[in-house]
Amino acid sequence: MDVLIAGTSFQDKIDHDINIEPKDVMPDEYRTHLIRQISQHAHSEVIGMQPEGNWITRAPSLRAKQILLAKIQDEGGHGLYLYSAAETLGISRDEMIRQLHEGKARYSNIFNYPALTWADIGAIGWLVDGAAIVNQVSLQKTSYGPYARAMVRICKEESFHQRQGYEIMAHMMDGTADQKQMAQDAVNRWWWPALMMFGPHDSDSPHSGAAFRWKIKNKSNDELRRKFIDKTVPQAEVIGLRIPDPDLKWNEMKQSYDHGKINWEEFRQVINGNGPCNRQRMQHHVKYHEEGRWVREAAEAYKNRLKQSN
Amino acid sequence: MSKDTQLDLWEVFIQAKVGGNHVHAGSVHASDGKMALQNARDIYTRRNEGSSIWVVPSDCIVASTLSDTEMFFDPSADKIYRHPTFYVLPEGAKQI
Ligand SMILES: [Fe+2]
Ligand SMILES: [Fe+2]
Repeated sequence: MDVLIAGTSFQDKIDHDINIEPKDVMPDEYRTHLIRQISQHAHSEVIGMQPEGNWITRAPSLRAKQILLAKIQDEGGHGLYLYSAAETLGISRDEMIRQLHEGKARYSNIFNYPALTWADIGAIGWLVDGAAIVNQVSLQKTSYGPYARAMVRICKEESFHQRQGYEIMAHMMDGTADQKQMAQDAVNRWWWPALMMFGPHDSDSPHSGAAFRWKIKNKSNDELRRKFIDKTVPQAEVIGLRIPDPDLKWNEMKQSYDHGKINWEEFRQVINGNGPCNRQRMQHHVKYHEEGRWVREAAEAYKNRLKQSN
Repeated sequence: MSKDTQLDLWEVFIQAKVGGNHVHAGSVHASDGKMALQNARDIYTRRNEGSSIWVVPSDCIVASTLSDTEMFFDPSADKIYRHPTFYVLPEGAKQI
């Protein structure tokens, strides 16, 4: 194995499942692809703190508030692991934030939807984190070392996120008729956007060819989506929630669920800036980035003073 | 608008249990050592992963390079007598 590492070409390493590390030779397209994907992933973790952050002060109990705070803090941490992984490819954190603010880098579409009630916090943890976990588990084997290692760490932390969301839903489904309705409404709002998180169908997904050849991806969008549906539908049944898809049916042959048509027109609308919260999410990020500027400058000034007095 | 800064890059090494090695965990941004330690604690030890943390400015790390790998590590490859399994022991010798 060691002998292999020294003199082998990029594609040989990929084919032998040897991770690519920051200083290794790699094609420019591999680097660009990863920078785009990892920075988008990092931005998603950070922007994703907003819909949940809105509910910290309104959490229904101290226990719920502590849990939500811990979860959101984890998401911030995930963003930071991922920014670090992207930085090893030669892009600065400054530049990534600039690209986000200029709309050149994206974040996951799902965070352009609002969290309207407490039940949405349950639905986000259960469905949105649930979908993210399916994707992230498969990325633990991605070919770029720093990205794969960040994913391993993130996956360890994610499992509580999904459970806390499911617990909120189960709790509400155990409650009054109004609370049950609230939980069902939240599922109705989040189910389809959660399915869209896996991206376009395999038949029209533009980047997938190279991503597979380079083993950045090892499962297709549709495969991952199916995995998510198959494990989530029974969870809904256990607590009496209905999946808002009249065409959802167990397929005995495939040993998997068939689902109804996804509204990709809505997806395009939201991704192109016309979702309910796109502007609010970016404005919020820009505002706090700008308001934090003096803190970063003060920290730099303090560092320089320390240097001088030494 | 002045040039923004995301502060300096530091590498984080965490000792999981007292007595163990400090193992590289990742990196953080910070303007000085104290801030780097606090950030490392918040980012890498939220679940009791550590009993001690080292932070090192990334540009202070001296690393071997990939192009030198062969020249650098080859000298150890042919010295199999450094491994205990190289030696033939007389029949019956125990606990050695
Ligand atoms: Fe996360
Ligand atoms: Fe999460």
